[in-house]
Amino acid sequence: MPSLLDLTLAEARDGLAKREFSSLELTDAYIGAMEAARALNAYIVETPDKAREMARAADEHIAKGEAAGMTGIPVGVKDLFCTRDVQTTAGSHILEGFMPPYESTVTSNLWRNGAVMLGKLNLDEFAMGSSNETSYFGPAINPWRATGQDAKLVPGGSSGGSSSAVAARAALCATGTDTGGSIRQPASFCGLVGLKPTYGRCSRWGIVAFASSLDQAGPITRTVRDAAIMLGAMAGFDPKDSTSADIAVPDFEKAMTGDVRGMKIGVPKEYRVEGMPQEIDDLWSKGMDWLKSAGAEIVEVSLPHTKYALPTYYIVAPAEASSNLARYDGVRYGLREKGDSLIEMYENTRAAGFGAEVKRRILIGTYVLSAGYYDAYYLKAQKVRSRIAQDFSTAFATVDAILTPTAPSAAFALGAKTGDPIAMYLNDIFTVPAPLAGIPGISVPAGLSREGLPLGLQVLGKAFDEETVFRVAGVLEDAAGFTAKPETWWE
Amino acid sequence: MSVDKATVARIAHLARIAVPEENLEPLAAELNQILAFVEQLNEVDTGNIAPMTSVADMTLRRREDIVTDGGYPEDVLKNAPAAEHGFFAVPKVIE
Repeated sequence: MPSLLDLTLAEARDGLAKREFSSLELTDAYIGAMEAARALNAYIVETPDKAREMARAADEHIAKGEAAGMTGIPVGVKDLFCTRDVQTTAGSHILEGFMPPYESTVTSNLWRNGAVMLGKLNLDEFAMGSSNETSYFGPAINPWRATGQDAKLVPGGSSGGSSSAVAARAALCATGTDTGGSIRQPASFCGLVGLKPTYGRCSRWGIVAFASSLDQAGPITRTVRDAAIMLGAMAGFDPKDSTSADIAVPDFEKAMTGDVRGMKIGVPKEYRVEGMPQEIDDLWSKGMDWLKSAGAEIVEVSLPHTKYALPTYYIVAPAEASSNLARYDGVRYGLREKGDSLIEMYENTRAAGFGAEVKRRILIGTYVLSAGYYDAYYLKAQKVRSRIAQDFSTAFATVDAILTPTAPSAAFALGAKTGDPIAMYLNDIFTVPAPLAGIPGISVPAGLSREGLPLGLQVLGKAFDEETVFRVAGVLEDAAGFTAKPETWWE
Repeated sequence: MSVDKATVARIAHLARIAVPEENLEPLAAELNQILAFVEQLNEVDTGNIAPMTSVADMTLRRREDIVTDGGYPEDVLKNAPAAEHGFFAVPKVIE
């Protein structure tokens, strides 16, 4: 039998159902791997005792024939989801020590579906970053290294702890959140599958808010099928989130029929950006060929406002962040620094508690919302955002899904882009449009770069049509046959 | 449009973040870099376009105006840096 750690979520689920191993055995294997992978700094908090307790309960449920969708499956939780009585930091000093007295809806759904919590995963501070380097708790490290080199690479971000842990076999799967690409880009950098669902598919209740009109939770897994299973266990209507969609959760796994015959797949010409590495372009062409061979029709589409997605995002997201992060004031939770007056206490607390990137975004957000600038920046950006969404509506009138690269490069070295915020922002060029339009997108590992690093392809779909996204992604995954794994250098 | 030191000091105060004098200049440079980047939005004709107010095609639900939660002040205060007599405690705000 292969190592328990190499099983996919679907295989582990089936193995548990057939009693080939217990959840406690599977969980113990992952606890061992998690502890052995500390050099990757993927976890901020490990919860092995809780994991074993949940695994024992899962084994009892299986014994009684009461298994749910993810019973006994060990998952890692991005440290942006509030978990009752388990420290939740959002990767920030300002929330260090915060013990939520409640559980987020998405994690509640996972536990109700039988999943087992291994711990809380590292991330960019308040999910603001594309490399996990803005975390107060230090960067998470990518288990992948370029062929013949030992330079440390970033795992992507903001869900960098999630992608690092799943790629290192230190979690079977993990939750992520995506505001501008924070699930899909780290999945691409670590050779994994990452899905950002339609806005409203997963409840945002109990997730530390970054940009509320963009934030969505989703799964990071090793296969498309695993993502379909995990999304089913995370999603669902929640009256506690006013933007939660009151529609039924389909059986996403069933949508993976392997049949894309007759489907129309759009390829947006505007994504062929200047300076895109040849190998990314080649991989994209390969993806088109794979889908064509499977019977789909490739159609060129135009998304004319694509180049404005990043500047729009860098107004809308900081504006919403500046409002959301106003709550960290040293009064109700987290850090408090001394001050002679209440205002001084606020100012000192926030100066000490937030890192440089978070401060930068709060200041930009405050500026674009301030009197005299609101119309020129924020209102303008929301109008351009309407245009970006219209571009997608027009395209989806003629195609069923859209195929693009996930990121303009493979994983880069730690520190390579920290000095230049714009260079870091450009990482999200292909992932930012989907959250601006509220549509679902998935990254599928599709090949290796010349340096031996994973590259992903992205499939975008219509709002609430994750089923088509999964179907197309499944066919891509089969055709790509991506089986590469990082070598275990961290133990 | 670009920001100067005085503007950075003003927005930092609006955002309630203490910024030491020597950091104002470098911060202004960083913010100007970002503002120059977003400036390209002015190329887009948005004459008859309504600003996006909701990314999803939905109207906000209403609910009954009734209390559905509460009754556990200890939980609410548990994470507070300072709490007294069942309240959050802050530096004195009136003389």
